[in-house]
Amino acid sequence: MADVLTFTESGIYCPAGDFYIDPWRRVPRALITHAHSDHARWGMDSYLATPTTAAVMRHRLGDIAVQTIAYDSALRIGDAVVSLHPAGHVPGSAQIRVAVKGQVWVVSGDYKIVDDGLSEPFAPVPCHAFITECTFGLPIFNWTPQDVLRDQINRWWAESAAAGKTAILGAYALGKAQRLLRLLDPAIGPILTHGAVENTNDVLRGIAIPLPATTRVDTTMTAKSHPGALVLATPAALGTPWARRFGPSSTAFASGWMALRGVRRRRAADRGFIVSDHADWAGLNTAITATGAEKIFVTHGYTTAFQQWLREQGHDAHTVSTDYQGEGFDSGEDAA
Amino acid sequence: MKAFATLFSALDESTKTSAKVAALADYFRTAPDSDKLWTIALFTGRRPKRVITASKLRLWAAEVAGLPDWLFEESYSIVGDLAETIALVLPAPRATSDASLTDWIMHLRALGMQDDDARKAGIIAAWDRLPPAERFLFTKLLTGGLRIGVSAKLMTRALAQATGQPEPELTHKLMGNWTPDSVTWASLIEADDPGTDASRPYPFYLAYGLEDLATLGPPADWSAERKWDGIRGQFILRGGTHYLWSRGEDLMTDRFPELAQLCDALPDGTVIDGEVLAFADDAPLPFAALQKRIGRKTVPRKLLTEAPVILMAYDLLEHDGRDIRALPFADRRAALARLVARVSTNAPLRLSPQVTFGTWDDLAAARSQSRDVGAEGLMLKRHDSPYLAGRKKGDWWKWKVDPLTIDAVMIYAQSGSGRRANLFTDYTFAVRDGDAMVPFTKAYSGLTDAEFRQITAWVRKNTLQKFGPVRQVPAVHVFEIAFEGINASPRHKSGVALRFPRMLRWRQDKPVAEANTLDDLREMLRLYG
Repeated sequence: MADVLTFTESGIYCPAGDFYIDPWRRVPRALITHAHSDHARWGMDSYLATPTTAAVMRHRLGDIAVQTIAYDSALRIGDAVVSLHPAGHVPGSAQIRVAVKGQVWVVSGDYKIVDDGLSEPFAPVPCHAFITECTFGLPIFNWTPQDVLRDQINRWWAESAAAGKTAILGAYALGKAQRLLRLLDPAIGPILTHGAVENTNDVLRGIAIPLPATTRVDTTMTAKSHPGALVLATPAALGTPWARRFGPSSTAFASGWMALRGVRRRRAADRGFIVSDHADWAGLNTAITATGAEKIFVTHGYTTAFQQWLREQGHDAHTVSTDYQGEGFDSGEDAA
Repeated sequence: MKAFATLFSALDESTKTSAKVAALADYFRTAPDSDKLWTIALFTGRRPKRVITASKLRLWAAEVAGLPDWLFEESYSIVGDLAETIALVLPAPRATSDASLTDWIMHLRALGMQDDDARKAGIIAAWDRLPPAERFLFTKLLTGGLRIGVSAKLMTRALAQATGQPEPELTHKLMGNWTPDSVTWASLIEADDPGTDASRPYPFYLAYGLEDLATLGPPADWSAERKWDGIRGQFILRGGTHYLWSRGEDLMTDRFPELAQLCDALPDGTVIDGEVLAFADDAPLPFAALQKRIGRKTVPRKLLTEAPVILMAYDLLEHDGRDIRALPFADRRAALARLVARVSTNAPLRLSPQVTFGTWDDLAAARSQSRDVGAEGLMLKRHDSPYLAGRKKGDWWKWKVDPLTIDAVMIYAQSGSGRRANLFTDYTFAVRDGDAMVPFTKAYSGLTDAEFRQITAWVRKNTLQKFGPVRQVPAVHVFEIAFEGINASPRHKSGVALRFPRMLRWRQDKPVAEANTLDDLREMLRLYG
């Protein structure tokens, strides 16, 4: 039986429907799992995505031809039947299910299985073959539960405010930043945002995703004008002149890589919160088991080890090479 | 243990000195005495002995976590630290513990006395009672490998804030061969007299590298001597017994038995700061000769003849049982000269000769001869300087010769550990030999974090072959390697071994064809070896 999806130099390809999923080279038709830049790239002739993903893509990529499709509704493309299902990664993120002649393949995109209180929660999709990320595919990655995380962040903010310091939190502008926003306790102080974060906030508010009140940082703002503030910024903005306007500060990063002491120390922030929009070790294993898939393709992350692990668990596991980046830990601008 | 774990995280994650000192001072104000004492011990390298081998720990941890050994190893290679890997992969604890740092140290010592089965059960039970941060520290203590990224200097500063005692006095109190078993917080810190222990050394006075000759003022205010290339040591003769301490506070008395002769030659109540040098025919031997004696607890007769040592005396700290560190250097030096003059020239003691100079130019000329006389540069000391504790600027400066350098090609890269886990920071370098590349040294310091990141990204994309944690990469990048000395070494393929190799700069402007050759390296060996 022919494969439902194949792996080409342009991306993941479906011969039966003549379309690509999250391609990294220009193609006529691209189905997009979510709006992060390593999955939704510029220059495709046409796009298909969820309405939320489409809204963010229009903001990021400008005037593009994009068709939208709601979660869980089927669309026939050529000989393939396609549907999108929540991936729990960021708002609008989807797993893409492709059925051809009774064979069902699912592309996970990026995903996590815990409910982050913002994204549509992950829904397992039974399939024959599952194409999964494994950014954090090692047993050393186990995320802090969301309620503990909420306490940690708010306590840090309150302590910083009490010490007369501005709390500056670095997190990826789409998804992570809004997830953290919803965890913050506005009673502690004002919430200020970096332009890149606030632009995304505007897009999400524009499509009726409610977020707490925030203020965009402008050139007039200082620690004096906003005492006790928390500043939500992109990771790259920490330690720059932009961040120094707030005077004495306590800095923190929110990333899955903060689980590692070496990375925490290298990033030299005052605090590291262990939080990711990718599945941790338990999450990956739970998700894969839930699909019931025999065949597993791992795309990006600790692929070699994770593939070997899956084989030992009895799966027919393979590694495919893609251009997806997962969650960066050394680049200034963390992809997520 | 919770309070200690909180302290450890604060120290580990902050880069701000003031925050570290504040966290430590706070701990010293609030923790129980026994925990404070153990904390000081851990910070000054007085770690409890290893209870269990690393290989058993990893087996047990993998078993408890339900992981195949290879996956545990893979995780370890990413994390770069065994205790941290264990803390991360184990399932969440099912119980809690309020036991203190001291309780846990006593517990792990008790485990050390038991057989393997009991140790395994005890360790697994302990893991199940500790949250990850404490689990990490407990496992670090088990392996005898707990190091804390805070200098003894900062710790002493915090201790001074918490106790109100002056820093130099505390530094002195913390020297010597005490252990948490031999002292109490009260006897070590609160007692008034640090001189009760006859073996206790004075804190070493350390110099910074000279920044600007022009700021020193008139040459007449200064004394100069050679900076000898041996092991800095403090020789103590008190109560008829002698002790020899290294700068790192290792007691080296038994490693250099020839210095016992000095007990008869010097008066009791003498403490000399000097350099232990391999020395024959009135001249220092190359450092390689001394190297053979480092790390040897007992010295075979043959080695005593091949590489006899002397103490090259720099300074006198205690004279007739009196602490004279506050006297001007000129006076201490004069007293030292009188002492050494009374000792037979057959005894293993010399006075480090002064380098006379009228102008700074004279001194610069003398410095340029350092390698010829077997020294690594000059030491400048202000005539009126007291002997201070620790590394201080102003009165003493070291003025080392410029390092030797060679342009080499990176051929292997390995990731670092700790703060550098996940970054390729440890490189193997080669020189050209016709079309071949001959590896001759490793180096892992000298680049900025940004450069390490850049090279790491390049290594990931350009790996030719993996040998465990080591990546073979194409011979593309040229680095200027600096080093302090070069010696013949039959154990190395290249035939040489370098002292203190480090990367001076990344020569992105240089093609591989312009890197140095094996012949260049051999010529350096001929000139400087």
